[in-house]
Amino acid sequence: MKAWLLVVLLALASMTLHAREAAPLAQDEAVEQRLVEISSELRCLVCQNESLSGSHAELANDLRREIRTLIRDGKSDSEIMDFMVSRYGDFVRYRPPLKASTWLLWFGPALLLIGGIAALLIYLRRRNTAIDDSPLSADEQQHADRLLDRKDTQS
Amino acid sequence: MNRFLWPLVGFVVLVALLAVGLNLNPRDVPSPLIGKPAPAFSLARVDAPQQNFSPKDMLGKVWLLNVWSTWCVSCRQEHPVLVQMAKSGKVALVGLNYKEVRGDGAIDADKLAADAERQMALERANGWLKQHGNPYALSVLDLDGRVGIDYGVYGVPETYVIDKAGVIRLKHTGPLSLEAFSTTILPLVAELSK
Repeated sequence: MKAWLLVVLLALASMTLHAREAAPLAQDEAVEQRLVEISSELRCLVCQNESLSGSHAELANDLRREIRTLIRDGKSDSEIMDFMVSRYGDFVRYRPPLKASTWLLWFGPALLLIGGIAALLIYLRRRNTAIDDSPLSADEQQHADRLLDRKDTQS
Repeated sequence: MNRFLWPLVGFVVLVALLAVGLNLNPRDVPSPLIGKPAPAFSLARVDAPQQNFSPKDMLGKVWLLNVWSTWCVSCRQEHPVLVQMAKSGKVALVGLNYKEVRGDGAIDADKLAADAERQMALERANGWLKQHGNPYALSVLDLDGRVGIDYGVYGVPETYVIDKAGVIRLKHTGPLSLEAFSTTILPLVAELSK
């Protein structure tokens, strides 16, 4: 029983040893966290549908290394963004900046929605006026009755 | 009739938009460096590693900076075109050898010492130029790809046209063809050389 306890204790002790080995990474945890935050806002240009933080491309590795250096140099998030945009253009940002050339991108969907709603309203209004709800004239009534009667006898 | 006209018009517009969108090249990302001074660097020459080259050495000339590498497959496609253009003497070509060793997935560059990496890169680059012909006035060695990042390189080959004042005027992504030279590069170079 005692030996068994010893084994458990030793196993626990070795676990904490492992935890200590991983310490150097934790030291840079703040840097890594900021790196992930910044790089998930950035597009990997090699595999364009992946973010820089999730990409395994060579260039993504290099760029993460650059960003890490910039973070360690105490650069702000916007300075790091500028670094990337000045080299690779607005396309690297998943959230493009608001400027004349991106107005359509930002406001296009809202414009389409407004256009759609307007078209629907116009259509509904037009349909309402198109429905004639004045009562039938005597002639029309007779004609309708005849048609209905015929239908009845047929069925 | 009208009932079917509008959906039809919508469909045609959609098809037209998709046709245009699908024919655009997503790799053709406009470079923010157009109209800006070419980023400065000073790198060792492939032919004479003890000497450095810097873009300001080319001030007063119109020149092409071509990013290449021996592991880059499209560069093989582009190379004969460059050789032919260099022979014509119409353009001055400078090569930027990009991550010669580190970019090659088959080599674990982390296990190499800095000197060994440099040596290997020089051997590979010079060997390749000897084998396939050297269209470059000179090439420089960008071992870690830092200069590449400054130029916004994201795929090799890429080519920049730089004017007499050292300003980038055009960036071409992907392999250059004779057609690209005759329709865009050469006319631009001729105009800038005036």
